[in-house]
Amino acid sequence: MTVQNRQIEVLRYDPERDETPRFETFTVPCKEEWVVLDALTYIKDELDPSLTFRWSCHMAVCGSCGMQVDNKPTLSCKAFVRDYGEKIRVEPLANFPIERDLVISQDDFMEKLQRGRPWIIPEQKREVEDGPYVQTPMQLDDIKEHTMCINCLLCYAACPVYALERDFVGPAALTLMYRYNADSRDAGWDERREVFAGHGGVWECSFVGACSDVCPKHVEPATAIQKGKMDSAVDYFTRFLMPGGGK
Amino acid sequence: MQVVETDVAVIGAGGAGLRAAIAVAETAPDLDVAVVSKVLPMRSHTVAAEGGAAGVIRGEDSLDAHFDDTVSGGDWLCDQDAVELFVEDAPKQLTRLEHWGCPWSRTPEGGVNTRPFGGMKIERTWFAADKSGFHILHTLFQTSLKYPSIKRFDEFFSAELLVDEGRVAGVVAIEVRTGEIWCFKAKSVIIASGGAGKVYPFTTNGAIKTGDGMAMAYRAGVPLKDMEFVQYHPTGLPGTGILLTEGCRGEGGYLTNKHGYRYLQDYGLGPPEPSPRKKAMELGPRDRLSQAFWHEMQKGNTIDTPYGEAINLDLRHLGEDKINERLPFVRDLATSYMRADPVHVPVPVRPVVHYMMGGIHTDIDARTSIEGLFAAGECAAVSINGANRLGSNSLTELLVFGDRAGKHAAQFAREAAPADNAARIDAQAEDCARKIENIYAREERKESTAELRRTMADAMEEGCGIYRDEGRIRSTCETLADLRHRLPGTALKDKSKVFNTDLLSILELENMLEVAESLAHSAYARSESRGSHQRLDHTGRDDDTFLKHSMAHYRGDQAPEIGYLDVVITKSPPGERLYGGAADAKAQKVEAAE
Ligand SMILES: Cc1cc2nc3c(=O)[nH]c(=O)nc-3n(C[C@H](O)[C@H](O)[C@H](O)COP(=O)(O)OP(=O)(O)OC[C@H]3O[C@@H](n4cnc5c(N)ncnc54)[C@H](O)[C@@H]3O)c2cc1C
Ligand code: FES
Repeated sequence: MTVQNRQIEVLRYDPERDETPRFETFTVPCKEEWVVLDALTYIKDELDPSLTFRWSCHMAVCGSCGMQVDNKPTLSCKAFVRDYGEKIRVEPLANFPIERDLVISQDDFMEKLQRGRPWIIPEQKREVEDGPYVQTPMQLDDIKEHTMCINCLLCYAACPVYALERDFVGPAALTLMYRYNADSRDAGWDERREVFAGHGGVWECSFVGACSDVCPKHVEPATAIQKGKMDSAVDYFTRFLMPGGGK
Repeated sequence: MQVVETDVAVIGAGGAGLRAAIAVAETAPDLDVAVVSKVLPMRSHTVAAEGGAAGVIRGEDSLDAHFDDTVSGGDWLCDQDAVELFVEDAPKQLTRLEHWGCPWSRTPEGGVNTRPFGGMKIERTWFAADKSGFHILHTLFQTSLKYPSIKRFDEFFSAELLVDEGRVAGVVAIEVRTGEIWCFKAKSVIIASGGAGKVYPFTTNGAIKTGDGMAMAYRAGVPLKDMEFVQYHPTGLPGTGILLTEGCRGEGGYLTNKHGYRYLQDYGLGPPEPSPRKKAMELGPRDRLSQAFWHEMQKGNTIDTPYGEAINLDLRHLGEDKINERLPFVRDLATSYMRADPVHVPVPVRPVVHYMMGGIHTDIDARTSIEGLFAAGECAAVSINGANRLGSNSLTELLVFGDRAGKHAAQFAREAAPADNAARIDAQAEDCARKIENIYAREERKESTAELRRTMADAMEEGCGIYRDEGRIRSTCETLADLRHRLPGTALKDKSKVFNTDLLSILELENMLEVAESLAHSAYARSESRGSHQRLDHTGRDDDTFLKHSMAHYRGDQAPEIGYLDVVITKSPPGERLYGGAADAKAQKVEAAE
């Protein structure tokens, strides 16, 4: 078990005390298999209990611990220190207001998530007695990768559109809407249309693909959004160009 | 102090809390529900569950079979009326979840697929690849968004229950973002705050699992039941404690010792067969498997790793395709955190603290002994888990009893007569606010919170581990008493009101110490071996004295008082727990006799 000292340079900001954010550097004896989150908990336990960050699962599934590590949106519980240099810079996720130190405000995302109506809107109410829906493995495959989002917000931190356009619903929330639209059990397209394809929706995306690059769960938001654009074009065509609105 | 008036307050937004909130919203849309959670709902630890949720669905399966597996798996400490109700409601709850969009893995025909799980005689574990808990939690959370009566208070840390004359009146919480104290006045309260694995040093549990809700109920006078029963999961990654799901063995994985030998055949679980046989070998129950590890370690058959002794989980014979389809997360976790790709090499694993069978004492309607106070999920002990929970029963339990808690809490909120105690309740809330101010005011930092927490966790592993004896449990009890005494010596280095996690760690440590103390004292008093509670100094099961639930009662600064409550037996008298070939032989004998 080798231990190596590393300089962890962390952004600090306490709105009660600091006018602007500042950096503070800690020397941390990192074990070889540590992740950046381990270095932060070391600082909190041994050096400075006031260092503030979110975490829980330590297994890359709860989505709490997203941060900029060396300027890249990363889950700190899956960022192995051995993959970085002697000095590691840790900052809160880009594109979000900072609450304190590494903690960002998630309000905007939570509001957008809700607006997308991310729940099954069935054609017809189904009772327990009717049993589960039939959904073939192929139908499941249509949505599977897009169901994997852990809401870690790395994609928002990487998205150049969200950086400039606050109204953009953004990669994770749009992907979730796509996932429900494409679910064989769902018939909610009409209810989601305005948020999905209207102002702030899929058409704002300039298809840079940064979201898919940083996604730790291979959710492929960029693909979902592109597929969503196609669905929205077809929807437009059937509603306005087909005789009788496609009905 | 901010005041919120609501009908039902739910503490916790994991699987149990969300299911309860939805049940209130569905059955009583006119009632307000406030969901108070210290983290965003999708960060709750239900998210980490991998394997799946049990419910009878296959034609060849039966509710009786699920009942029998659960009751014998729990070494007859389960309340059988609760288990009957549980197995009956399980498939319905899982079906609801399917209607809400849970992406369950499918059979080629489009039905819901099931996988075998430890201690279960038939495949009845519904799964969504190896991210079942993640999908269940997100499905519940997303579904909960559609009910306007559910109001969420995310990142609000519940500190204390408000209780007056045996009846609950609400809960006091800290808004983490501002440090402000909020008083939630509610007609009924549901605790769904999850487990307490963090009282141990090496656990699959996330940072948030500090037993807060258990401690709050305990302090308010509700007994904690069967706390000595702690489940060690046999396959955690050494070092981090990250879980590799039992699904690995359900899919056919082997456990081998340093000689490459499938050692479980030496512990009454054989004979070994090449592919998985239910309730045998690697698909034995977790308590037996973790105990077998301990014996292998004594014999020197385990593998020495930098993080302690381990054995191997060998999945190679399953092949890359099956591993990618059924266990993709496991492959990712083992490869990243252990640098062992299970497609190519066996993965070192060891038993790790995983689940609390014990918890807040409730009846089968999730009621506690305080009027209007309910509890469900891992924080509660109904008890369907008895002395050893079967894997995949817990996720289902969240749904079955979360739903019941919601319905009964709604009914209580609707029918309860108004209480005339506003002044006393306000005073209690003020007391709680003052307690927090006093922590801020402590000047001298004589003790380090982190150091006390480490000492507690090490003492728990030492005295209340897989095997226990009187002397070591006693010394753990002494350490815990000492730590409780030293706790007021902690102080805040961080005096900010904004997102003060230094403060929360002190409050969480206080909760953990109380929960740990109830656990250690219950373990001390139970001088028998049953399920996950194994005493080296009392090796047999003693039904005459201990076919009973332990009930730990809070007594302030003093050690808890341990009482007992009879187990409810409806149709399965205590018998011998048999697995593998021994179970087959017995079944044949019975058949021959008939
Ligand atoms: C790694 C792992 C894998 C598992 N796999 C399986 C499996 O395959 N099958 C199975 O059946 N079971 C499994 N389990 C067990 C099962 O997942 C848990 O028992 C269950 O999810 C607990 O759910 P819960 O709703 O009771 O609590 P949690 O999901 O832990 O939620 C607790 C909630 O309470 C809140 N809370 C806690 N304290 C406070 C406070 N002071 N103030 C405000 N809010 C608070 C939290 O914010 C959170 O929202 C697994 C467990 C682990 C750890
Ligand atoms: S701590 Fe849960 S994702 Fe990192």
